[in-house]
Amino acid sequence: MDLDTLYQEIILDHYKNPHHAGLREPYEAEVHHVNPTCGDEVTLRVHLTGEGDDAVITDVSYDAEGCSISQASASVLTDLVIGKTVAEALGVHADFQALMQGRGTVVPDEEVLEDGIAFAGVAKFPARVKCALLSWMAWKDATSQIVAAPPANEEAQA
Amino acid sequence: MSLPGLLDGLELIRADFPILTRELADGFPLVYLDSANTSQKPQVVIDTMVDHLERHNANVARAVHQLGQESTEAFEAGRDKVAAFLKAPSRDEVIFTKNASEALNLVANTLAWATGDLQIGPGDEVVITEMEHHSNIVPWQLLTERKGATLRWFGITDDGRLDLSNIDELINERTKVVSLTWVSNMLGTINPVAEIAAKAHAVGALVVVDASQSAPQMPVDVVASGADFLAFTGHKVCGPTGIGVLWGKAELLGQLPPFLGGGEMIETVTMERSTYAGIPHKFEAGTPPIIEAVGLGAAVEYLSHVGLDNIRAHEEAITAYLLDGLASVSGVTVLGPLAAQARGGAVSFELDGVHPHDVSQVLDSRGVAVRAGHHCAKPAHQRFGVQASVRASSYLYTTPTEIDALVDALHYTKKYFRVD
Repeated sequence: MDLDTLYQEIILDHYKNPHHAGLREPYEAEVHHVNPTCGDEVTLRVHLTGEGDDAVITDVSYDAEGCSISQASASVLTDLVIGKTVAEALGVHADFQALMQGRGTVVPDEEVLEDGIAFAGVAKFPARVKCALLSWMAWKDATSQIVAAPPANEEAQA
Repeated sequence: MSLPGLLDGLELIRADFPILTRELADGFPLVYLDSANTSQKPQVVIDTMVDHLERHNANVARAVHQLGQESTEAFEAGRDKVAAFLKAPSRDEVIFTKNASEALNLVANTLAWATGDLQIGPGDEVVITEMEHHSNIVPWQLLTERKGATLRWFGITDDGRLDLSNIDELINERTKVVSLTWVSNMLGTINPVAEIAAKAHAVGALVVVDASQSAPQMPVDVVASGADFLAFTGHKVCGPTGIGVLWGKAELLGQLPPFLGGGEMIETVTMERSTYAGIPHKFEAGTPPIIEAVGLGAAVEYLSHVGLDNIRAHEEAITAYLLDGLASVSGVTVLGPLAAQARGGAVSFELDGVHPHDVSQVLDSRGVAVRAGHHCAKPAHQRFGVQASVRASSYLYTTPTEIDALVDALHYTKKYFRVD
């Protein structure tokens, strides 16, 4: 069993020095996701500028408790989606999810996933896939809540 | 290596468990330290179940043919063996369920439906403890929510024992049920069940005991325990999954309404109403876990042959050795009592700087199987301000050499995650 496929250097680096960690203002949605089998938890906030799919992800902040895989994956997520439009980021999300659920058969595109390609090995450890996806699912949930919600000023105008 | 208290002929005991010779990835021998999660099975249990399937398989109770009779006899012999294992006054007090969770839910649900003396309503109180497995928390939350009753609980002291300082306030004239674990699956703590039961009985409350972790590793005498109901699961006592046991005092089981309705639990059925079979069948609707009961009978007989006192002494010796081993690894913090005689064989701990899942992943790469997570005891983890822990749990087949392998693998883990 090759542990190093799971614990790539990049993953351990993100685990020890997570990017964009902590909870920040402003934000339009905050979600709390839990992995019920192991107890890993993440509270994640998303701040968008603009509207709809063209809205730009200005900030993703989070407070996560969990294993190295779940912590590192939250860090990589923020690197990848901050600064992108919602539509672009959803594309990255789809690629990352496909990689994680591919049981080790998917070859990741480094252009799209950057440090996220380090998680390719996680896909070979089925028990750990949920760890890697926890913050990604939380981000998607929070983002879709903002996109689906009517603009904040609509009520005032009506 | 030999320690005082270890089972005589430990190598022979190990030879009874075929899985213990398994080799894992990269040639590492299996070091199975997850017995509090599920125990391994001795050859006699496997053979007894296979023999039943190969030679005696038929449904029980309803077939007149020879196989039906053999199957019924084997199934009911399983009940006799479990009754003897528990020192139950009557075999009819032994009810087969699907697992310990179902046994506890059976009590909580039928109490929710009970009328008369056993009825629970607003103002009544149910007392549990903060160190329960979720299966002895959630059924009581459901019961108290449904009946407008109040759920209360004993806290945990800093050293992992039940905080009994407010027992006279917690157990009072409003208390209807006190339900607690005998041995904590997370902290390992052995609770003073008989002492608490005496307090509960003094105010007329029922006592429910979760024996899932005690039945495997210490002698259980249901009458001496003070329990009115006691639950355990087959797969932790060297038996198969798919079967659990609820023992209850005959008089109380007789007063409770049925749990599940169906075949075998009736006396007679008309389109308007039914009358019910006596215990234990009243609580065993449908085709029961037949092969599992036969296997469970073989399992508890096996444990009785080894001797529960001997198994307890073995667990105590191994646990003391494990606690010493863990104390030798800097950065390890044990959750729960530090004296082996005050605890069972499940030891939960944290390793500073490495998350429990990562610890267990690295241990697994060295062939060492432990559990990581909240062990279905989230409130107990919360009490100690931790989200998860690593749990190493021994059993009658565990050797000091296996504990050494765990300790070595922990040093390796620290090196791997560079936390020295």
